Amino acid sequence: MAEFEPVLTANIHKPDSHTLRVYEQGGGYQAIRKVLGGMSPTDVVELVKASNLRGRGGAGFPCGMKWSFLPKDHPGPIYMCVNADESEPATFNNRILMEQDPHQVIEGIIIGCFATKASTAYIYIRYEYPTAFRRLQAAIDECYAAGLLGKNIQGSQFSLDIYLHRGAAAYICGEETGLIESLEGKRAWPRIKPPFPAIEGAFRKPTVVNNIETMACVPHIVNRGADWFKSMGVPSTGPRDAGSYGPKLYCISGHVEKPGCYEMPMGVTTRELVERYGGGVWKGRKGKASIPGGLSMGIMTEKEWDVPLDFAGPGKVGCLGLGTAAVTIMDETTSMIDFLHNSCRFYAHESCGQCTPCREGTSWAERIVHRIKAGKGRLKDLDILLDIASSIGIIPGTTICGLADGAAWPIKNAIAKFRGEFEDDIKRTNPTGWMVEEAVEALELVGLGTGH
Amino acid sequence: MAIITVDGKDIEVRDDERLNVIQAADRAGVEIPFYCWHPGLSVVASCRMCLIETGQKNKETGKVDMLPKLVPACQTPAKDGTVVITNSEKVKANQRFVQEGLLLDHPVDCSICDQAGECWLQDYYFDYGHQQRRADIKPFTSRRRDLGEHVTLFVDRCVMCSRCVRFTREVSGGGELQVIDRGSHAEIDIFPGFPIDDKMSGNVNDLCPVGALCSQDFLYQQRVWFMQPHNSVCTRCSTGCSIQIHENQEHLYRVQPRYNPNVNDWWMCDIGRFENGYVHAPERINSVKRRNDSQWENLLWPQGLLAVASAWTEAALRHSSEKLAVVFSPFLTCEEAFLLASYAKQASPKARLVLGKVPIVDEDETFKKGFCIRAERCPNRRGIEAILSHFQPDAAVGWGDFIAQVESGAIRAAYVTGNYPEVWNDDAEAAKFEKLSLLIVHDLLPTPLARRAQFVVPGVTFAEKDGSYVNHAGLLQSASWGIRPLEGTQSDGQSFGQLLGRRGLFQAADVMQELAKVVPFFARAADGVPEAGLNLVSGTEKTPRTTELGTVTHPTPTFRSVASQLVEIDVQTA
Repeated sequence: MAEFEPVLTANIHKPDSHTLRVYEQGGGYQAIRKVLGGMSPTDVVELVKASNLRGRGGAGFPCGMKWSFLPKDHPGPIYMCVNADESEPATFNNRILMEQDPHQVIEGIIIGCFATKASTAYIYIRYEYPTAFRRLQAAIDECYAAGLLGKNIQGSQFSLDIYLHRGAAAYICGEETGLIESLEGKRAWPRIKPPFPAIEGAFRKPTVVNNIETMACVPHIVNRGADWFKSMGVPSTGPRDAGSYGPKLYCISGHVEKPGCYEMPMGVTTRELVERYGGGVWKGRKGKASIPGGLSMGIMTEKEWDVPLDFAGPGKVGCLGLGTAAVTIMDETTSMIDFLHNSCRFYAHESCGQCTPCREGTSWAERIVHRIKAGKGRLKDLDILLDIASSIGIIPGTTICGLADGAAWPIKNAIAKFRGEFEDDIKRTNPTGWMVEEAVEALELVGLGTGH
Repeated sequence: MAIITVDGKDIEVRDDERLNVIQAADRAGVEIPFYCWHPGLSVVASCRMCLIETGQKNKETGKVDMLPKLVPACQTPAKDGTVVITNSEKVKANQRFVQEGLLLDHPVDCSICDQAGECWLQDYYFDYGHQQRRADIKPFTSRRRDLGEHVTLFVDRCVMCSRCVRFTREVSGGGELQVIDRGSHAEIDIFPGFPIDDKMSGNVNDLCPVGALCSQDFLYQQRVWFMQPHNSVCTRCSTGCSIQIHENQEHLYRVQPRYNPNVNDWWMCDIGRFENGYVHAPERINSVKRRNDSQWENLLWPQGLLAVASAWTEAALRHSSEKLAVVFSPFLTCEEAFLLASYAKQASPKARLVLGKVPIVDEDETFKKGFCIRAERCPNRRGIEAILSHFQPDAAVGWGDFIAQVESGAIRAAYVTGNYPEVWNDDAEAAKFEKLSLLIVHDLLPTPLARRAQFVVPGVTFAEKDGSYVNHAGLLQSASWGIRPLEGTQSDGQSFGQLLGRRGLFQAADVMQELAKVVPFFARAADGVPEAGLNLVSGTEKTPRTTELGTVTHPTPTFRSVASQLVEIDVQTA
């Protein structure tokens, strides 16, 4: 494979890369002039559709198709929400873009708003990103000063305002309707669908919600064309698979020598990531497992590291999907019980509490794993955990949003792929209690009985 | 007509009904369990108890396309061709899981919980839950905090259906309640220092499907399975909410609203719900009394009434009957007013018929979704007016005119009915009756006016009598008695019937038929009064299906029928 030339991160190593001057020197804001200079909104939507750009936020929904769901000739305002609530564990690709190259993001947003006829865009940025917040705000101010935002941009009929909204740090605000609720000043309880945001979203108006990285891809598609975009990445393999094209920012973290965010064409393998960019598993150890794209996507064993990380790949080995392409590596010394404990604790803490299965299921799973970790586990617990994991989420249909699927997948994968380790640990730490079938007797044995 | 298939059974639904699948299934006799949905509130689909499998039937091919996922029945509209499966293993597994989840941290303190017996968590666990608890969590805490004067929250019993929160936001409009914290730590709470204190707060206790929100007033007073419900009508304002009174052994314990789309939907105000202390007030008048100078003599039935009647006849002879007046309290039922008016015209043909004092308190208080507490704090002004104008077409006489005539001496004898829930006159007003030669007061409580009377006849409260009321909008509703009249008293209809010389027991339905024949205003009531009332003014009203009627606690009939089946099975096995 020829050496890949970075696209999204082309500018980030330049000094002052976050300023308008440097961005324009690197060829920035040409796409806007092209768009405003003679393309119609429909042209832009069709172009993005042709490029098969899929959302980078986790679900991988085709971006152009999402835009085309908006009602045609809607009389009232249309809003765009840009999801910068990058709260999936171990994910930091949006952060790099917002901190190092905010103008690229803003250019994408302007084009996106032009295509969707949105007159207002809200960037919902997570609270924990102060630098990104400051630099985005500074970039927006620069754009207003340079006539790139506001009324009649570049002498065209198109006007756009961008507001930066800072969240209050909750995982659920990354869910698109949770984000909209939070933006409206309400409790971030995801909404029931239908109506989908494209019909009734923020402030009850049609709304399109896109990820930062998705928007950053848009100017490049406009500049270089859909065919160029599709020349990178992995074509579709099945009728329902829209293909995985374009550049992608992969985050590598965990037990590697050189963690960081690296840009590659869609579809590299975990092994390639670890060996070529991550500097190998740290301390000369062997890898044990990895998370393919944020904790919600589940877990891959080391043997599965040759699966390409595209939208379809992780699903082939039982994971939920590509997610945010944030790869976390675990070395051979990592306890899967610790991993699962950490995972369950996260989701129990972040469950919004609206749907019963997720609210109670995540909290129950956490308490079970906590007990296993404390040496009071039972073999039966593993089956209960699997039952919980298969009962929650939008895939069985028992919750409103996908948070519960994210909570379920690490449980399902960890127990399915490392069941032996769990069983050994339970038998070792709880030698007298693990075999007991009846909960009440088991509790007596492990000292948790009611005592009367 | 839309055809919906529920578990293989086809039912027809009118196109304009806009039902969801829970309601449609209910018509098919299939119960879909739910917590968070309520017909009077917005849909949040968050309890996930009502998940079902659904699909769409192709009209031409007859092929059914099922959705792969479970969907909430509350959120699924019942459209033509909708196919619903409520009894598949997938659906049951989810119901079991939701029940299990809700009980993870639930204290299961049913033995001391007020809701036990009408608790959805209890009932559903028998029908839809696991047989054995798999969780080894020991939550058994029962934190309690007061949210307002009438509302107390048992925090750990809550199932987070958020009905109460939506009620305060959408119906009462106060927005006092909210969810605090997140995930399994989420709780219902108020802002510190801002309790739920509007006049609709009691409804959240009804709405709560479990024992989390309890009424301070009813707390630990009575087990719900000992109480008998009786349909009644609230008499505290001219809205005339449809209510149920819950009693056990002649004691009124609780008042709950009853669904009536013509009046109050599912709600009622705290005045009607909680301010019923007068029903069991110890000072209530409990026999016919005659005053001899300053001594009161208790008279037995029916001699007491005969003495009253002869005193009245004597006054009519002495003063000529146009100097007599009969005052009709707006708390009387239509039937009672009809009997009393008939008596007045019989014994004293020219007696003046007076509409009693109409209590007005402040102004109408209207809440966000339209529920209104009327300033006119009496149930039957319109009904009384209709009857009086029939018997006395020429000149209506109000309370103020009546007082003026009493003071001027134009009226020499008066029969004043009261039955107000509070003391309704004061010494100054009573002193104006000085010149009367005969004053008969028919009342609940010993008011200053009653102390001046020659005769006092005991009245009874709304809970103790059958009868009908006409509310502010002209809607005629019938109430039935829940508790027997206080010892020593008898129902007002019985008393007036006896004055009129009628034999036998007073039957409100019979009197209503007679009234419908005599007074054209009531003509529509000739064939009886349906549960949701009859509008005598506009001539049209909504008639809900009998299956939709009931209290907010048990909004679907199937729910009740399942509960009754359970009881039957128990009896058989025993």
